[in-house]
Amino acid sequence: MSAADPMLPTLFVVRRVQRETPDVVSLELVAAEGETNFRFLPGQFNMLTVFGHGEVPMSITGDGARPDVLVHTTRAVGAVSEAICRLKTGDVVGIRGPYGTAWPIEEARGQDVVVVAGGMGLAPLRGALLAIQANRSKYGRFFLVYGARSPADLLYRRQLHQWRGRFDMGVHVTVDHAQTDWIGHVGLVTRLLPRLSFAPSDTVALVCGPEVMMRYAAMDLEKRGVDPGRIYLSMERNMKCGVGLCGHCQLGPHFICKDGPVFTARAMRPLMTVREL
Amino acid sequence: METLERVLSEQAFMHGLRPEHVSILVGCATNVRFDAGEQLFAEGDEARQFFMIRQGHVLLETHVPGRGGVTVQTVGAGEILGWSWLVPPYEWRISARATELTRAIALDGTCLRHKCEADHDLGYEILKRFAHIINERLDAARMQLLDLYAKSAPARKGR
Repeated sequence: MSAADPMLPTLFVVRRVQRETPDVVSLELVAAEGETNFRFLPGQFNMLTVFGHGEVPMSITGDGARPDVLVHTTRAVGAVSEAICRLKTGDVVGIRGPYGTAWPIEEARGQDVVVVAGGMGLAPLRGALLAIQANRSKYGRFFLVYGARSPADLLYRRQLHQWRGRFDMGVHVTVDHAQTDWIGHVGLVTRLLPRLSFAPSDTVALVCGPEVMMRYAAMDLEKRGVDPGRIYLSMERNMKCGVGLCGHCQLGPHFICKDGPVFTARAMRPLMTVREL
Repeated sequence: METLERVLSEQAFMHGLRPEHVSILVGCATNVRFDAGEQLFAEGDEARQFFMIRQGHVLLETHVPGRGGVTVQTVGAGEILGWSWLVPPYEWRISARATELTRAIALDGTCLRHKCEADHDLGYEILKRFAHIINERLDAARMQLLDLYAKSAPARKGR
């Protein structure tokens, strides 16, 4: 975005609202004036303002090849996100961004890619999944391992179903809790990792979810032989300014909004077990 | 020809076992198969065996009054199912049902317990392997208890 003042939002209009689960929606946004021309990389985030309610950081979940449509997926858990989930077609929001570091999509070319998502963590990974699928022949073996709380909490169900039908991508889904009518996996997302057939020395892993889940996923991937410098995590802290000024999102020596949110497990490992951080 | 000994030796559980111990386990093993929906065992039944799943998918379920059947965990190819045969009172604490055609090797736990009593080297090897499995499942159960994906948990950017 070309706004001279990084704190000044650009107006976007809600073009479509897609309800993913009872408390999660995806919004398609287009620029209120002129062409969007909103270039972003998968893994980056925006600051989204609902006027009269506030501003929150929001991962970009759309397709980088479609910069004319900005997509955000959010869950109603706070005052602002609840307001976002009440938005209707035609409503206007403010957007600042894109901010932060991206998933290493280019660097991963020629290698196996293992994507591990937990809960809402699938949303920040969706752009990376779409980018790899768009250039599928440029990558080695490709897996998505996704864990959710229950079958009703699975995001992008239709898309997951399509992805499972692909012969060039392994999709493994598990849930933490289920009734007996669910015939898929039940258990931790990390328990599915031993089932994947990839070459650890030529693998890049993209991991996003609750921090404890990411810590365990990184540990298990390392046990399989994946170098911690090639395991990428998307970190979460209380981002406010988005440009490394306010310090709200500081994690040790890093500002998550500016130096992250995507970091290597090698960089994060010493910080992830420090309670004060 | 696919002998039971060869099939058994390929299981991760068996890696590192001495040949004479592998032979003892082969003597306790049988090939089994379950159709989709078929029950492997039921909560409260005597636990006489454990299973090395070769193919398919088994869900571990219990009944919660008011909620019906709840799946606690699923077990798939390459995994071990069941340790109640090893711990008194040797009763299953949960029920297991195949969700698809499932092939497994069933190990006679009663037979194996006697062999382990007679050969403590074998008993220690078996216990080490089950301690590892129980440790993994306990870790997983703790993580599930944390309910990390619940609304109250720290959210992804999207709050």
